[in-house]
Amino acid sequence: MIAFVFRRLLVAIPVLLLLVVLTFVLMYAAPGSPFATERGVPPAVLQNLEREYGLDQPFIVQIWTYITNIVTDFNFGPSFVYRDQDVNDLIAQGFPVTLTYGTWAFVLATLVGGSLGIIAALRHNTWLDYLAVGVSVGAQVLPNFVLAPILVLIFTLWLGWLPGGGWQGGQWQFVILPVIALGTSFMASIARIARASMLEVLSSNFIRTARAKGLPQRTIILRHALKPALLPVISYLGPAFVGMITGSVVIDIYFSTGGIGQFFVASALARDYGVMMGITVLLGALTILFNLLVDVAYAWIDPKIRY
Amino acid sequence: MRGATITDASYLADAPKGRSLWSDARRRFFRNRAAVAGLIVLAAIALFALIGPLIAPWDYEEIDWAVLGNVEELGRPSLATGHWFGTDQLGRDLFARTAQGTQISLMVGLVGALIAVFFGTLYGAVAGYFGGRVDGIMMRTVDVLMSIPYMFVLILLLVVFGRSILMLFIGIGLISWLDMARIARGQTLALKSKEFVEAAVATGVHPFRIIVRHIVPNLLGVIIVYATLLVPSMIIYESFISFLGLGVQEPLTSWGALINDGASEMRNGTIWQLLFPLGFFVAGLFAFFFVGDGLRDALDPKDR
Repeated sequence: MIAFVFRRLLVAIPVLLLLVVLTFVLMYAAPGSPFATERGVPPAVLQNLEREYGLDQPFIVQIWTYITNIVTDFNFGPSFVYRDQDVNDLIAQGFPVTLTYGTWAFVLATLVGGSLGIIAALRHNTWLDYLAVGVSVGAQVLPNFVLAPILVLIFTLWLGWLPGGGWQGGQWQFVILPVIALGTSFMASIARIARASMLEVLSSNFIRTARAKGLPQRTIILRHALKPALLPVISYLGPAFVGMITGSVVIDIYFSTGGIGQFFVASALARDYGVMMGITVLLGALTILFNLLVDVAYAWIDPKIRY
Repeated sequence: MRGATITDASYLADAPKGRSLWSDARRRFFRNRAAVAGLIVLAAIALFALIGPLIAPWDYEEIDWAVLGNVEELGRPSLATGHWFGTDQLGRDLFARTAQGTQISLMVGLVGALIAVFFGTLYGAVAGYFGGRVDGIMMRTVDVLMSIPYMFVLILLLVVFGRSILMLFIGIGLISWLDMARIARGQTLALKSKEFVEAAVATGVHPFRIIVRHIVPNLLGVIIVYATLLVPSMIIYESFISFLGLGVQEPLTSWGALINDGASEMRNGTIWQLLFPLGFFVAGLFAFFFVGDGLRDALDPKDR
């Protein structure tokens, strides 16, 4: 097991490096200096600025400095637009917010979606099943950026129950709508996957054997069916995590929650390459780490995988 | 002579009609009510995108100065002013803009799916057919690319190289083929041990010719199904980026950009600016999913 984790980690490192190099090359290839403004900057000033940010160094030196700074000091470099801020400040400010509603959305989507799917499969072709299928089909066409305005329209403008934006240090009223908006489509996908795989497992031979042995329904489901049925759900958690990280950008913009996505889009619109790159690398690292966890969990649960 | 023709004809009439995979699939597809309804909705939306701009009394970038400043009252949907869907906050006709946005969204969806079909299929088929080390390297690359949070790289790409429709196509094309490659590879693995491939190999056909002439046509069913399901996800990608204000540029628009505009103005009592684009978005995606599901049931009966 440890060797397996170690091997996966060895694969994860080149992936992360690739991401850093890719974003760095993109930034390096960007036409124009990041300091160029509409009015134009005197060449001498530009030169000084570039020296200060180390942009006059050769490419290899730049990227080496960038990577070593991240690895040794966890320093993602400066912002090119705001003189008094660096990327670490923005991350420290925005990341806890993203993490709070992101975790809630992820946990709720997994738990609610998983149980909905499994209950639907156990009550196959009853109204509960149809309800679950209906919900998951409906949620397919309501990605977060569509659901968010609808939720605000209903719960803020018509009913007036919940605030339509803001964060206020994470009071519960401000967390609910972002969590629902972010989690719903993934909840639906998880429910669909769980239902399909549970149905497949329930019709498989070893379950028939268990029935033939006369085991009670409870034991069959809890001891025999549940684990294999959850395997596809686990392998979906990786893509779901990526999707939620991406979706957090929409949530941050729409609900003005002040999370990391807000900084990302603001920096994208201001062409602040330093911040964009820092956030991309950080979130990329998180994604890769999470995929690693999913792989390990999968290998741990699935007896067919030998490591 | 005469007798012979009669017997020929009666022989033909009695003969059991051969049923190809495709005619079978068509029959199954048209028996599926949801799929047919989806197809009709899609046709209506495509028609709207094509002839909407022609019949609209206003142009999509033309500002109606009469309603500007009091859009909440004068910009409502009405037949009298010719603004059938109302106007947006800048007094531009929403009917014309929705038609134009529908064009862009459909185009992005179709082009993204086409790139995926072309590149992904070929990539997957090559990896699956050659197998071994080639397969290992090629599919590992796909795994690696898949674990990168692409939306961020895509946004980076759009910002660095400037926002244009071409860049959007390139960026979306970069993501879309990955899943397709995996699916094509899996199918190829199953196909490559079939007798007709063996026969082709035995007669000395060049490997690439085998892939293009023998493997790929047999992948078509699966590919068509997956491509139909890929179109809506491409539309979602594009809408997502346009929602952030990083997609198509004014005065051009798309479903995502229109939803964004409507959503940011809905507190001002101009709810139609959200509802019309939203309705088209939801109806369009529903239709694509139903058609995709119908095609899957029709072409891949073993999956049910």
